[in-house]
Amino acid sequence: MANKFNFQRARMVPVPSRAIVPDRDLEHTPALECIHLGIEFGGLKAVDDFNLTIGKTEIAGLIGPNGAGKTTVFNLLTKVYQPTHGTILINGQDTSGKSVAQVNRMGVARTFQNIRLFDSMSVLDNVKVGLHNQEPYSAFEGVIRAPRFWAREREFEERAHELLDIFDMGGLASERAGSLPYGAQRRLEIVRALATNPRLLLLDEPAAGMNPSETAELMENIVKIRDTFQIAIMLIEHDMSLVMNICEGICVLNFGRVIAKGTPEEIQSNETVIEAYLGKQKEAGTDE
Amino acid sequence: MKFLNDKVTRRDFLTYGLVVAAFIVVSLLASQGVIPRSLSGQLVPVTCYVVMAISLNLVVGVAGDLSLGHAGFMSVGAFSGVVCAMSLSAAIPDDGIRLAVSMVVGALFAAVAGFLIGIPVLRLRGDYLAIVTLAFGEIIKEVVNCLIVGTDAIGLHVIFNVAGDKTVDDLHLLEGGVAIIKGAQGASGTEKIATFAAGFVLVMIALAVVLNLVRSRAGRAIMAVRDNRIAAESVGLSITKYRLIAFVVSAALAGAAGALYGANFSQLSPAKFDFNTSILVLVFVVLGGLGNMRGSIIAAVLLTILPEALRGFSDYRMLVYAIVLILVMLFTNNPQLKLTLGKLLPKREGAVAHGE
Amino acid sequence: MTVFLQYLANGLSMGSVYAIIALGYTMVYGIAKMLNFAHGDVIMVGAYVSFCATSYLGLPAPVAVLISILACTALGVLIEGLAYKPLRQAGPLAVLITAIGVSYLLQNAAQLIWGATPKNFTAIVSFPVPEPLASLNVSAVSITTIIVCLVIMAALMWFTGHTKMGKAMRAVSEDKDAARLMGINVNRTISMTFAIGSALAALAGVLMCSYAPVLQPTTGAMPGIKAFTAAVFGGIGSIPGAFIGGILLGIIEAMAQAYISSSLANSIVFAVLIVVLLVKPAGLLGKYVPEKV
Repeated sequence: MANKFNFQRARMVPVPSRAIVPDRDLEHTPALECIHLGIEFGGLKAVDDFNLTIGKTEIAGLIGPNGAGKTTVFNLLTKVYQPTHGTILINGQDTSGKSVAQVNRMGVARTFQNIRLFDSMSVLDNVKVGLHNQEPYSAFEGVIRAPRFWAREREFEERAHELLDIFDMGGLASERAGSLPYGAQRRLEIVRALATNPRLLLLDEPAAGMNPSETAELMENIVKIRDTFQIAIMLIEHDMSLVMNICEGICVLNFGRVIAKGTPEEIQSNETVIEAYLGKQKEAGTDE
Repeated sequence: MKFLNDKVTRRDFLTYGLVVAAFIVVSLLASQGVIPRSLSGQLVPVTCYVVMAISLNLVVGVAGDLSLGHAGFMSVGAFSGVVCAMSLSAAIPDDGIRLAVSMVVGALFAAVAGFLIGIPVLRLRGDYLAIVTLAFGEIIKEVVNCLIVGTDAIGLHVIFNVAGDKTVDDLHLLEGGVAIIKGAQGASGTEKIATFAAGFVLVMIALAVVLNLVRSRAGRAIMAVRDNRIAAESVGLSITKYRLIAFVVSAALAGAAGALYGANFSQLSPAKFDFNTSILVLVFVVLGGLGNMRGSIIAAVLLTILPEALRGFSDYRMLVYAIVLILVMLFTNNPQLKLTLGKLLPKREGAVAHGE
Repeated sequence: MTVFLQYLANGLSMGSVYAIIALGYTMVYGIAKMLNFAHGDVIMVGAYVSFCATSYLGLPAPVAVLISILACTALGVLIEGLAYKPLRQAGPLAVLITAIGVSYLLQNAAQLIWGATPKNFTAIVSFPVPEPLASLNVSAVSITTIIVCLVIMAALMWFTGHTKMGKAMRAVSEDKDAARLMGINVNRTISMTFAIGSALAALAGVLMCSYAPVLQPTTGAMPGIKAFTAAVFGGIGSIPGAFIGGILLGIIEAMAQAYISSSLANSIVFAVLIVVLLVKPAGLLGKYVPEKV
């Protein structure tokens, strides 16, 4: 069958990029550019002057203490919140005024910190919903079961199985999504996000609640996804071993502001970052 | 087909088969004259209620939007259908074709009403949506109450009787003209062209439309929106579009059911399609199981026949109906009572699943 | 001008009845998070009980009202305990259908006991109305209704704000599980809410039937729905919201009947509700809480 999916250009490319800003991947438009991005909730600046560029095939980490505004950044990028300041460019295209669904069609897909699957639907149907905009046919064609319905449904089925196989979840296809174990639900969320054919994949704490061996497997898979699909991945994670191992660039957020950007090595030795995580040495006793 | 889940396909065909079998058995019984008069008069209304239940299940069960104004769409379909059938009686002499045309017209009018109401209303959710659909149901009832429609050689005459001071005479119909809808009295003197067979066909069509929709790309999107709105948006679905599709399809089917219902009685009052009728249909849907079309059909048939069967209780029958309703809800939804019931009854195949 | 004031007075007194019912509705919804469709029928039962006490037993009006309040309180607690409590963990639709079942039950039981023919209700209060009001056709019942409504609202505001039980109710309405963890007896709090709501329904029933003296088994249904509309209008769960919603609904209805069309009055009321909800999705005084991502 003719392959009409852009995300199957499986050239295994050696990791091209290394730093977050500015000197890499110059022949491509960056997958994401945030310029002076910010949002205020009734005077409170939840995210302030957030600047970040992510290359076309980069894995970037967004870390910071609890309440630093990491998920808020994801919500801004996916337009769950409309930013009050600044600009977001996806592949060089401005996203201002776009809705959540439109931004997804522009190439941003995400997972959620508190898993959001279509619980009562099967695993396979969850992935098919992700493929929704890749294989369009009208509701009317579906009701009368026009030829296009049969052709497209066959493609839906094949693509969904291929995607599930990335995470070795083919055997779970007919299970109810809501009844899957926790780790499998997290993986299914990633598969569903991938199904929308993103250029930028946002993972919100993908390793939360996973045991070390599951986390190790997840790390491999994240890198594999980047290599196979040639997309940019940005992840929020508290598991530092995961972040330091697979992220090429890391951005540290505290109280809504970027306090450091750089390679894992640079971040690990950054004074400000250590202070944000551990508190100032002399105040350590009173810090929460 | 391999890629349609085999179990799902088999279940759907069982549902179709059940409807066909029921139709054949009832038709045979009716031709033998075995069915008592009180029940044979109910045959067409039962098919109407089955279609109402199937269509409401699409909104409440599949799309997860609680609608308390479904009877309003039935009303729109009934009166537009009656007007259509009456004014075409010369143009289309064949009863069957005229019935079909009036059902299509009823469905179209109801679909337009569903679209116009759905656009503002579907911005709301949950109990707010429920109360607003209830409000629209009542508005439709009162608006129809104000309609005076007649037909003559020139064509249709319509008066919207806002101040309540107009009568049929104000239509100024020509010689040989007929008044079709007379305000709060509703329509009277309409021809009874509905048949049980037409009802059966409509049930099959409604079932096919809803099941095919649910098993398609759009149906998955509708269920995804129901299960998790935020996640559905994040994978690029337009929430309003898919809720609106469910709402409009449901309204259209209710309109067709209304047109059939209207063609079954010589007298039809707008008050028939009030809040209580909407609730009645909702009861079918909830008792039959959310998203379970076969359940809706069975519940609609049983609960329409039940009050007839309870005639022996005469005055007590609605009381008994209410008690049965409460007990069924308690026994199917309370964990302890459900367990007790499970022990008393022989095991049956799995409980109601969503989106079935 | 006089005519307008008369309509306004009519609207105010009917609005006060709606407000009393809506206050009960909003309490129950705020805490049990359920549409209690049987609430309107409790109103009807309250009116019948008071009717029996005065007409058959010849009791004085205040005693009859008291009996009616007690009977409805007991009825409300009974309904909650038998029909709603077992469904505490069930979905909202199951509870809704059960409430509809209870509503049918009350209507049909009332029909068996008292018959379907309307009873002529005699007003429970009558006193000479002072002058500027008397010329506007304001009745003693109207004045009483408005005063009772204001007193009830003030009392409820004080109760939920300053008593232990009232605070427990607010806690349960915010977060049932957290309230339970804080040692609040959730079941007792919900029963108490139903008791208060039903007592208010009894009062509303007596006042409403004094104002519009036709009593039959379906009397409570439409006012019940409208009062719920009023509660949503004002922002469901909010006590001042229910009051404002009720009064506004009464006035809009009276004005629509007078100046636009009596046969479309309900439609106009509902249309206003729809517009309000589209502009302010949580009602006039309700606060809109977006879902957290």
